[in-house]
Amino acid sequence: MTETPRISLDGVSYTYEEAPSPALSQATAAIREGEFVAVLGHNGSGKSTLAKLLNALYIPTEGTVLVCGYNTKEEKYTWEIRRRAGMIFQNPDNQIVATVVKEDVAFGLENLGVPTVDMIPRIESALATVRMSKFADTAPHMLSGGQKQRVAIAGILAMEPSVIIADEATAMLDPSGRQEVLDTLLALNKNKNITVVWITHFMEEAAKADRVIVVSDGSIVEDGTPGEVFEKTDRMRELHLDVPHMTALAEELRSEGMPLPGGILTVEDMVREVEKIICPSKSAT
Amino acid sequence: MLKNITLGQYYPVDSLIHRLDPRIKLILTIAFIVAVFMVHTLAGYAVIFAFVFWLSRLAKVPFRMLLRGLKPLRFIVILTFLLNLFFTPGEKVLVEFWIIRITEESLLQAVHYSLRLIFLVLGTSLLTLTTSPVSLSDAIEILLTPLKKIRFPAHELAMMMTIALRFIPTLLEETDKIMKAQMARGADFESGNLFNRARAMVPLLVPLFVSAFRRAGDLAMAMESRCYHGGEGRTRLRVLKIQNNDWAACGIMVLLIGLIVLEGILL
Ligand SMILES: Nc1ncnc2c1ncn2[C@@H]1O[C@H](COP(=O)(O)OP(=O)(O)OP(=O)(O)O)[C@@H](O)[C@H]1O
Ligand SMILES: [Mg+2]
Repeated sequence: MTETPRISLDGVSYTYEEAPSPALSQATAAIREGEFVAVLGHNGSGKSTLAKLLNALYIPTEGTVLVCGYNTKEEKYTWEIRRRAGMIFQNPDNQIVATVVKEDVAFGLENLGVPTVDMIPRIESALATVRMSKFADTAPHMLSGGQKQRVAIAGILAMEPSVIIADEATAMLDPSGRQEVLDTLLALNKNKNITVVWITHFMEEAAKADRVIVVSDGSIVEDGTPGEVFEKTDRMRELHLDVPHMTALAEELRSEGMPLPGGILTVEDMVREVEKIICPSKSAT
Repeated sequence: MLKNITLGQYYPVDSLIHRLDPRIKLILTIAFIVAVFMVHTLAGYAVIFAFVFWLSRLAKVPFRMLLRGLKPLRFIVILTFLLNLFFTPGEKVLVEFWIIRITEESLLQAVHYSLRLIFLVLGTSLLTLTTSPVSLSDAIEILLTPLKKIRFPAHELAMMMTIALRFIPTLLEETDKIMKAQMARGADFESGNLFNRARAMVPLLVPLFVSAFRRAGDLAMAMESRCYHGGEGRTRLRVLKIQNNDWAACGIMVLLIGLIVLEGILL
């Protein structure tokens, strides 16, 4: 069966007005339904440009972007594309429009012209999904950063999207806020089969994705499972990126002579593999 | 410390007046101002005063909260009084010395105008004390909707008000942060003459403006990505519905205006 990808990029380039060189050039990739894709890249590599191309905020100067089969170039599909591919931004304060949480969640629905009676259950269920129901009547400035980002997610969920794009949505949060937001999106990806494009600077977050795309100077330079991509430790350093701590540790141990396999990303992976070496009998059972 | 600021001067209690439809309240406030301008006798002002006092009781708003609204306008009230007192021409002279000439007519006119001003402020204060800014911006949008036909940006105006309200706490928090950062580096916002204090504000305002513009850009993008495309075809979560209480309020206002018209004819 050949299913159409949720997002497909075909030779996409984008040049900002008056910029000497393209911020993104010749990007080609296909993202399937239900994938959780992490996008990595150093500062100014073109990640945000890529994100905005997926939501018809930018129209490619070259090539085509298809979101759920709709071409972002065709203006008549703009609202359909934005409804299906919701976007969460970095600064939690700068994306909340209304003075009360539930009204902010309603914002997208109001724009789509959803009748008031249909709005209420959609808002309630969206807030319940991100576990923010009890804050429905709170003013946004009373919430923590992680809670604000969850409200932003609810605002998108209410529009029943197929894809959620998060552009460094955790960059301004404390560790517990980061965990909250990432867990929320991982759960949505798993339970509701929503495709997630997760742009981040944190390698530990990227390690939890199904797939990692690395952008460097406007080009997609790596694309594969986290195991495959992070295994190339030297290549990542060359791209000014870290690898997850455990991957780096595994590499160190390997160079010291410990026979660890590749693809170690998390503490759990490490524990499992080390156990296999230290007491092979236990892990066999 | 800035977390609990109240927006505008809204006095959040639950009362009959608070629960009235904001559109009706807005219209009735305008009607009240018209009524005030129709009053010609001191007895009429007594009626108006009794009415305002009764409303503040119904609204559970302490009367001194209402009077507080007059404070910033006290100079204008006094000026109005004095200008009318000295410069209204009249026949029956009460006091006359040097270049000052106070007549019965000028005294009456001075009292009239300053009382009108006072009641105008009391009436609008009662509206803003009992209506949250968000409901007020809703009411303004709906009431101005007919003007969309002549390209009046009713929706945009209300959206601007909502966004301004939403960002007041955020920007206050930010001001607080920048101020503390500057104070930690030895800035002094409190002492010195007016000029020095104004100059001390510059390193505060510049980063604040820069950040406000960045926020505006971000917000515009976030709104677009959530399908915002102006007021066209937009529905709303908050729908206003006129209830029996609203009709009753209208009836009372009609009575008040009737009373004042009658007073004008009889007295
Ligand atoms: N509005 C703009 N106008 C002109 N050039 C821009 C604009 N926004 C970004 N750029 C340039 O395009 C390139 C890619 O920027 P982009 O914001 O996509 O990077 P990024 O990977 O998201 O970086 P970061 O990690 O800092 O968020 C950069 O060289 C940047 O200077
Ligand atoms: Mg970016």
